[in-house]
Parts: sequence; structure tokens; C-alpha cells
Amino acid sequence: MSSMISSPHQHDSNSVQSIMATVLLALLPGIAALVWLLGNGVLINLGIAIVSALLSEWVFLRFRGRNPVTAVTDLSAVLTAVLLALALPPLMPAWQVALGTIFAIVVGKQLFGGIGNNPFNPAMLGYALLLISFPASMSQWIQPQSAASNLDFSQAWQLAVDGVLPAAMAWDSMTGATPLSEVREGLLQHSMLSELHPDGSWSNLTSSGWAWVSLAYLAGGAFLILKGIMSWRIPLSLLASVTIVSGLLWLIDSNQFASPLFHLFSGAVMLGAFFIATDPVSASTTPKGQLIFGALIGFFIVIIRTWGGYPDAVAFSVLLLNMAAPTIDYYTQPRVFGGER
Amino acid sequence: MANVSIHDFHGGLILDDHKALSTQHPIAPVYLPKTLVVPLQQHIGQIADPCVKVGDHVLKGQLIAKASEYVSANIHAPSSGTITAIDEQPIAHPSGLNALCISITCDGNDKWTNLPDSILDWESTEPQLIRDRLRQSGIVGLGGAVFPTAVKTNTQNKPVNTLILNASECEPYITCDDMLMRTDPEKIVTGAKILQHIVGAKKILIGIEENKPQAIEALNHAINNTDIEIIVVPNKYPSGGEKQLIHLLTGIEVPSQGLPLDVGILCQNVGTCVAVAEAVLEGKPFIDRIVTLTGDALAKPQNVRALIGTSIHELIEHHSGFAKACQRTLMGGPMMGFSLPDIDRPIAKGSNCVLSLHEVEPTQEPQPCIRCGECVKVCPALLLPQQLYWYAKSHNFDQAQDHHLFDCIECGCCAHVCPSKIPLVQYYRFAKTEIWASEREKQQSDLARRRHEFRDARLARLEAERKARLRKKKEVLENKPKAKGDDPKKAAIEAAMKRVAAKKAAQAAEEKSS
Ligand code: SF4
Ligand code: SF4
Repeated sequence: MSSMISSPHQHDSNSVQSIMATVLLALLPGIAALVWLLGNGVLINLGIAIVSALLSEWVFLRFRGRNPVTAVTDLSAVLTAVLLALALPPLMPAWQVALGTIFAIVVGKQLFGGIGNNPFNPAMLGYALLLISFPASMSQWIQPQSAASNLDFSQAWQLAVDGVLPAAMAWDSMTGATPLSEVREGLLQHSMLSELHPDGSWSNLTSSGWAWVSLAYLAGGAFLILKGIMSWRIPLSLLASVTIVSGLLWLIDSNQFASPLFHLFSGAVMLGAFFIATDPVSASTTPKGQLIFGALIGFFIVIIRTWGGYPDAVAFSVLLLNMAAPTIDYYTQPRVFGGER
Repeated sequence: MANVSIHDFHGGLILDDHKALSTQHPIAPVYLPKTLVVPLQQHIGQIADPCVKVGDHVLKGQLIAKASEYVSANIHAPSSGTITAIDEQPIAHPSGLNALCISITCDGNDKWTNLPDSILDWESTEPQLIRDRLRQSGIVGLGGAVFPTAVKTNTQNKPVNTLILNASECEPYITCDDMLMRTDPEKIVTGAKILQHIVGAKKILIGIEENKPQAIEALNHAINNTDIEIIVVPNKYPSGGEKQLIHLLTGIEVPSQGLPLDVGILCQNVGTCVAVAEAVLEGKPFIDRIVTLTGDALAKPQNVRALIGTSIHELIEHHSGFAKACQRTLMGGPMMGFSLPDIDRPIAKGSNCVLSLHEVEPTQEPQPCIRCGECVKVCPALLLPQQLYWYAKSHNFDQAQDHHLFDCIECGCCAHVCPSKIPLVQYYRFAKTEIWASEREKQQSDLARRRHEFRDARLARLEAERKARLRKKKEVLENKPKAKGDDPKKAAIEAAMKRVAAKKAAQAAEEKSS
């Protein structure tokens, strides 16, 4: 059908590629903040992931006898790689990063038929695989502004790729949990927030630097919404629901449940709200459906964070709702023009 | 100009209108070509029946093909000359197929036939008689659908509250209505009043996009001392879509899959109004129209009055000329028009614009749908175009219909914004055509089945009647000898009852089959 010339005979100059490029652009502040916080390991993760994504996509399509040029140049694989890399602890073994990315692209995307056909967010599938397979690497976050975050590029590279630690450095002393997991762990063991350190307060988040990363994602997301690239519905409903659900718990007992502010600005909530849950292919598409979709992800994030067994809950919440998206869409079809109100 | 609130519709696009290109010159007078090729199907409905033969000499305005059914339209000779062929010719139709045409070699005299009398006292004339005149004159709607006006204005006693004149002309490039309004606003108003009289509308609203200040001004003059209201709407494609315009002007949503008439509204295009006025006041049949010749390939883009049947090629050569190589010719505008394989095809009643493009977008390989929802944002019918696309592509026509495929007005907004450059409208047309085809098939097989059953029932009835007759005869014969003893009345009643029973059986059989 493509060869026939059909109306309309004029089109917007947008393209899949330009959309992906804009989203990548909007991620730059977040990337910069993360590099500032955690150092060169972030860049290495990004590099390894991008290269593995492009190569695996190229090889897969070649293997299937398709022309890989359009697919590889549409930047969607790059975006998947970047989103996954940003969710991974820097300096984790490079082969694991590569494996996760290849899984995301090949199983999460291409085996379903390529871009547009993947029911799940590919980056989050890759993340889930890594989390299940390598729980240790996945929870070892280097400490902000520590020796590990100050490694120069070649040291970081050696560490990530060859596993060689610079002399006189002990891995264990440089890494640990993120504030999010520490608070989680503590609370799960029935400690009171006031006894914990960090205690989940706002100053915790700002002083450790994590809040700035979240704010940078927020800024990038706001840019996309203002540019009309992305609708406000999923991010806002997600954030609102995180706020409300965690807020209710917090009101019940502010010593046993972390504050909404903590939930919003720790872990991957901002990244998830603006860049992951909004992956159009695997998200809900109807206006009402998007509100439900976002709200339920937010709900599950707080629930899994509070009572679940994994350090962060964005990936699983997103994957869960990816499964529900077609059903949500079906039941939230918009009213047709002239249809019953 | 009334100060009324505009009821915006969802979606739509703000487009470059490219209208100034073709409004620099007044409407050029008719060019009389050597030959005219007049298609017999220029309207929605049944093809017209030719009523002339090859070799006949016809006069301008003479009927050459008759409306064959109720939904059909008469066709008249656009100029005087000799009929040289009645055969299939290439026409300007999206299918690109040939169709039956009457070819006339013009004698150059352009001599009129005797036209029917003017109906000057239309205000006191029966609407039916005026509708007859429209029918006789072959008037069709010029807003795009080319639906016979006499049929559209036959409201079958449904009350019409508002007559809306569609002067929106929201498609880029097209300016024939704009120029007509600037040139002939009085005729538009008269035509509108006649239409109002026919359908008994209480009021008339004119909806026009704000990018036509001169037309608005001219109309404003013309509506002085009338109760017609002009409502200026913002430039937003497709404000000229019937349902969109109705919403803009009145806030009323025409029911999904319903007609404006269901909400007491009738829409007419301004061009149609002029044709109506001319048919009623001058007895003039529909033989010419205003066509916009435009595009960056033309040396002198402008509007021209063109005889139906004039070759597009000749028309451009005569009026505009080519400045640059034409890469693509569209019949209609860039959003809803269709491309012509070549331009040696005739102008028809519905040909509003010939768009001759030198620079065209490179055709792009469509990419997969990324479900970005851009199409949802712009769809004025509030559909989910990406779902429709998905269902059309996978031939899941039931789901497509569940997702209101038939509410799609094919405006092209969705495809315009689609980052994957998917020819969405093409998929919708394809799905609609498939559904129609299968419905037609079903109807036909239903019809065949019914015919068959009907035939069986009829045979059964005949057989039953025959038997009854025989029996009666027999009874009569048998009864004859002892006729006096027996009760002939009783026999007759019995026979009659048997006949009734047989008839009933036959009827029952027939009913079952229908
Ligand atoms: S605009 Fe195109 S790519 Fe985006 S959802 Fe609609 S059909 Fe799919
Ligand atoms: S072409 Fe149909 S589906 Fe697309 S925007 Fe127009 S009405 Fe909506």
C-alpha cells in the first residue's frame, strides 16, 4: 500500500527519529546530574549499552534478512539503551550491562516484531532480567562523591570492563545502598525512621545529591511536555498517585512510612514517570487510559517499595501495567464525535 | 456580523493556507474548447442515462443524459455542437478508472437551447416545484460530496431549524468559494433564501474562516436587510467538514453516523447556492463551475469559470500556463484531494481545484506505528486512528467498526502528523471499501436467496391454487347429479375455505422467506 500516493499529500516534518532525538535531548540534564553525582561509571554504562543495543539490533535484523538501516537510525534502540543504562549502578560489570541491553533489544523488542510491537518496555525488561540474575551487582551503588565516583575514565573503564580495581581501593568501602534502599531496608526491619540514617528526610536527599538528579529528569520531562512531544497525563497521574498513596501512609504513621517527598525524589520515580512509563508503544494510548495507567504505576511503586522485596519498584510496576495497557485501552475508548455522552 | 461564541471542535490542524497564490486575479471568463468530454457520473448516486445519440447536434444547456433514479442527476450539454462519442474515457476520479462519457465537438457558436422559464415568484411557489427545477437543472452539492441537491433538500417532513451555508473552505490552496463570494455575494444570498424556502428553515447561518476578509466584507454587504447571520470561525482545518462546522456554529454534535437533518440542520455550500439561484431565476442548468487552478508549477494561478467537460490540460494551458515542471497534479486540495495520473481528463461538477505541484514531498517509506498518539490528538472525529489502522491492517473489520471507522471523515489530519508517515487514510478507505463490498455481497446473496424462496413459494401457491381449482371442479362434477339434495352453498364454502387455507400456507411460506 505504501507505493500508492494517497491523501493527505502534505505532512508534518516530524519523524520517529526526530521524536527519539528530542527525548534523548531531554535526558541530557539528568545524565549530566548523574555523571556529576556518580562519575565516569555512568558514561561507561551508557556507552556499553548504546553500542550493544545498536550492534544487537543490526545483527538481529541482518539475520532475519531485513534492512537494518531505518531501524538502527531511528534512535529508538539508543533511547532504550540510555534508559536502561541510567537505571543501572555505575561500574557494574560491563558484560552484565551488555547482556541486559541485548536482552532488551532482542527479546524485549525485536522478537516481538520490532519497534511499535513490543508489549513491554524493553529497557525495563532488560532491567528486570539483570535484577533477577545479578541481584548483587544491581544493589551495589557507588557512593556519591566517593573515591569511586572520582575515578578517572581509564580507571573506571578498567574496573567496569576488566574488574580491576585501582590499587589501594576497596570495592566494599566505596559502594553501598542508595538512600532509597537503606530507608526501605530499615523500615522493613521495623525500625523507626527517626532511628535510621539516612532518615528519608528531604535534606538527606539533597545532601546526598540524589534529589538533584531527580530534579534534572523532572526538568527534561517538563521540556518534553511543553514541546508537545509527550502528554502530561501519564507523568502527572503517576506522580500524583505516588504522592497520594505515600502521603496517606505517611499521615497514618510518619515514623514508619517515608514521606511523599522522599518517594518522589528518590530512586527512579522521576526517570520512570517522564521517560519510562511514557514509552508510547507499551503504554496506554487513550486519554483516560493514560491517567489510569500512570496512577496505577504510581500506586504499585509505593506498595512494592513499602512491602516488596526489591530495591526499587519502577521497573516492575511499569511492566505490570504494560500487561494491562491493552485492556485499559479497550475500556477507556474516548467518546466518538456525536456519540453518547 | 453577529458576536456569537464559537464552539471549537477537538483536534484539527493549523495549516499554511497558500490561498493568496490564486486570489490575485479576478475569476477568468469561460474558455470554449474544441471538444468537451462530459462524464455521466459526476454525482453521488446512479449514473445518468444518455438521451442523445452519436451524430446528434445539441444546443448549449440541452439535456444529454437523464437522472436514472431518484439519487442521480441530469447532465446538460455545456456548449453547442455535435455528439461524437458515447464511450468510456479517462476521468478525474480517485480510482483512476475510465468511465462512460459523452463527447461533444463544439461548433463554436455556443448557442443556447430554450431554457425553462424563470421562477421569479419563488417565494410563493411550492417547494416541490422548485426542487423539481433543481432536479431538472442537474444541481449537485459543490462542497465535496456532489450529492444531488434536489434529494438533499427533500427533507421528508423532517423539520429544519437552521440552514448553514458552508463558506469555510478550509483546505489549503482552494479559493473558488472565496472568489465566488467576493464576486457574486448577492446570488449566494438569493440562492440561500431559495433553499431556505424549500426546506422551511427558520434561520440561515453562514460559517466562514477568518482568512477570507474580502469575502466576509462582500457577504456582509449582501446580507444587509436580511436576517442571515455570518459567523467567522478561526482558521483550523477541517472547519469546513459538515459536522465540524455545525459544531463550530451551533455547539450541536451531529449524532455519530447520523445526518445533520437529525438535529434540524441542513448544510449547503455557497457554490451550490449560486447554482440554485441561477437554475431558479434564469432556468440555467449546471454546465459550468468555478475552478481554482493553482500550485507552484503554474505561471498564473487563478480561478476560472470552466465548462464541465473541459480538459484540465487545455484549461491550464489556456489560463495559467506552466512555469515549472509539474511533478504531481491533485484534484482538490492537498489534504483530501487525489492525485491524477495525467491531466488529459475533464473537469466535472465536483472539480473545485486543480493543484499543480512542482515541489512535492519525497515519498517516505512508512515506519511502524509507535503508538505515539499524535493522531489521537488531531482527530476531529475523536477516534483512535492508530487502533483503526491496526484493525484495518490486520483485516479485523469488526473491531474497526467497533472503533467507529465509519465516523472517520477522511480529513487526513492523522496521517499529516504521523511521525511514522503511515498512509493512514488509505487504510481506512481500504477497510471501508472492503466492508461495503462484503455488505453488498451479503445483500446480494440475501436477495438471491429471497428471490429463490419467493419463487418456491410462488410455485407452491400456484400449485395449491391449481389443486384447489381441480378439487372444486371435481366436487362440482361429483355433486352435480345429486345437486339438489346436497347443499351447494356448503360445497362452495368448503371450497372457498380450502382456497383460503392454501393461500395462507403460501403466504406463510413467503413470509418465512422474507
Ligand atoms: S501518529 Fe502514527 S505512529 Fe503515532 S500513534 Fe498514530 S499512527 Fe501510530
Ligand atoms: S482521517 Fe479519519 S481518523 Fe484520521 S483524523 Fe481524520 S477523521 Fe480522524
